Amino acid sequence: MTRVLHELVARRDLLYILVWRELIAKYKQSVMGILWAILMPALIVTAGIVVKFAFASASGEKLAATDIATVAVKAVPWAFFVASLRFATNSLVANRELVTKVYLPRQIFPVASVLSQFVDFGIATVVLAVMLTVLRVGASVQLVWVLPLVCLLLLLCIGLAILLSAASLFFRDVKYIVEAVITFAIFFTPVFYDVTLFGRWADLLMLNPLAPILEGLSAAVVYHRAPPLGWIAYSTGALAVVWLLANAFFQKMEPYFAESI
Amino acid sequence: MAEAPLEMEQVFKKFKKGEIHDSLRDLIPALTGGLLRRARSGRLEGREFWALQDVSFQVGRGEAFGIIGANGAGKSTILKLLSNIMKPTKGTLHVRGTLSALIEVSAGFHPDLTGRENIYLGGAVLGMSRQRIRAKFDEIVAFSGLAEFIDTPVKRYSSGMFTRLGFSVAAHVDPDILIVDEVLSVGDFVFQRKCVERMNAVLASGTTVVFVSHNLRAVADLCPRSLFLERGRVAAIGPTDDVIKAYMARTAAVAEPGPDQEVTISHFAVRSEHGDGIQFESGQKAWVDVEITALAPCHNVAVALDVRDETHYQMFHTSTERMGLPTLSLQPGETAQCTFELDLHLAPGMFHFGTTIYRYDLGKTFDRRFPAATIFVTYDKDVRGAANLYPRVTITSPECVAEPAK
Repeated sequence: MTRVLHELVARRDLLYILVWRELIAKYKQSVMGILWAILMPALIVTAGIVVKFAFASASGEKLAATDIATVAVKAVPWAFFVASLRFATNSLVANRELVTKVYLPRQIFPVASVLSQFVDFGIATVVLAVMLTVLRVGASVQLVWVLPLVCLLLLLCIGLAILLSAASLFFRDVKYIVEAVITFAIFFTPVFYDVTLFGRWADLLMLNPLAPILEGLSAAVVYHRAPPLGWIAYSTGALAVVWLLANAFFQKMEPYFAESI
Repeated sequence: MAEAPLEMEQVFKKFKKGEIHDSLRDLIPALTGGLLRRARSGRLEGREFWALQDVSFQVGRGEAFGIIGANGAGKSTILKLLSNIMKPTKGTLHVRGTLSALIEVSAGFHPDLTGRENIYLGGAVLGMSRQRIRAKFDEIVAFSGLAEFIDTPVKRYSSGMFTRLGFSVAAHVDPDILIVDEVLSVGDFVFQRKCVERMNAVLASGTTVVFVSHNLRAVADLCPRSLFLERGRVAAIGPTDDVIKAYMARTAAVAEPGPDQEVTISHFAVRSEHGDGIQFESGQKAWVDVEITALAPCHNVAVALDVRDETHYQMFHTSTERMGLPTLSLQPGETAQCTFELDLHLAPGMFHFGTTIYRYDLGKTFDRRFPAATIFVTYDKDVRGAANLYPRVTITSPECVAEPAK
């Protein structure tokens, strides 16, 4: 793995240019341009607000500003996670010409895919910050948790992206599996709801490594509490497993990329 | 002796015909490593075949090394192994120094990006830093000849412009080892000339070059030593002239004599006064030897000579019969020799020689071999075309004193 990191650092100019290519290519010939970075998260947030509103009406309560804020704080990273996996899974196959014609550290393709989505995530985060200010969510020292949690999320995306892009090179089924899973994963992931809603089953939902990250973000940003540290440690462990698996699989299969793609 | 920058030792590469994996159910053995173990073994299974078998060669520092062979002989596989895109099934290979391929990198180009943006992209793909690309940028643009379109999205380029741009980037990477694959099929005549000049400059600067081409003349011009691949095996390796001769001998149609074939060509050679050769000076004498062997009694046999240029356009044709020589009659097992003495008043280029054994009165062809030999004609002055008319030029004008051209 250190060799791969070393190679990626050596080719950081290429990584930078690939990220930039994806961004430019995505926004160049579109009317809305960069607004697309905000549209997807905005749609998910809107859907979340509708769900929250339904919950509130059912229980006869009023929709609180914090409810809207938690949905927004979780929906933006969720949108990043979904978009990352969707684009990165196909990143090696989409760069077939380069994979078969030039030698590169091939991890660069899934990593560049995730990073270009991360730029979108950054833009959406700025809008989110404005929204939270309007909702008067306020700030506290707990905001320091945001950076490590976002790092955790980014690394998790990169690990999964490396694994899925390589698997999808050999089996195109992977792409459809990923599509299906991310379509329904929103029901298993606490985006529109909080895990506490499930009472004693809450722990079961936290087994999804993404859940502690989202819950942690909403705790730190909206409720000004520390994230559930035990579960964050669990997510970090899951991340380590994903990385080890991803790199083992990627390196084992890489010699066969050019002839199998 | 210093270690060779490129070395292949008994390299084998196995491919599988058809799909590698049929479905997801092959994933399980693949993950547990069973499939990989099998893939690395020396045995062939199912639909597997050897793309390369027991290939060994060395390329010295600053050397230009040619690789020739028919389509599917394994040339591209060698290049892909050298550039680390694929791994050999068996054997070892060493690449000492940075290696880059002079292929068109338009592969990585994005149609929505401008020429300028794609130069940065292509350069980075080939391992150049942004700083280096910036330093070389003007040179690359000048080389491509696309200065006025450099800020146009490449989707509006013609396909020729597109590959030219990709190639121009690749031509400016300056690695220790350069791999050149079919450079001469890129762009128009002017651009091809630029590419050849660029390659000569690269060679002069001490870069090691591996050159793969179907253009035998280009290989003969650039590479002192070559390798001829035939169905994945090294068929010949050594001085390029010998390797090309071996290649021509192998590709010259070797038709098995049919049942009604009464006469067959048993020997064909083009030689100069120094013996067998493939390099000739324009105007030099050449002798073409044709030997025929009878398999059945035959009469009224004539031998024709055919000379064609690289596009197979006929340069010259004659025959024993047209020259007014008597026809031949042979008994089974008897041979006859026929020699054409020629003055090669040809412009510099590559020329193919062939022969036909026929009987005019019956309109019957007994045997035909084309190309049976290939030669390269050189000349110290820059003349083009098919024939050499040996120009001696003078100019008369008020401004300059009339003097013969050197």
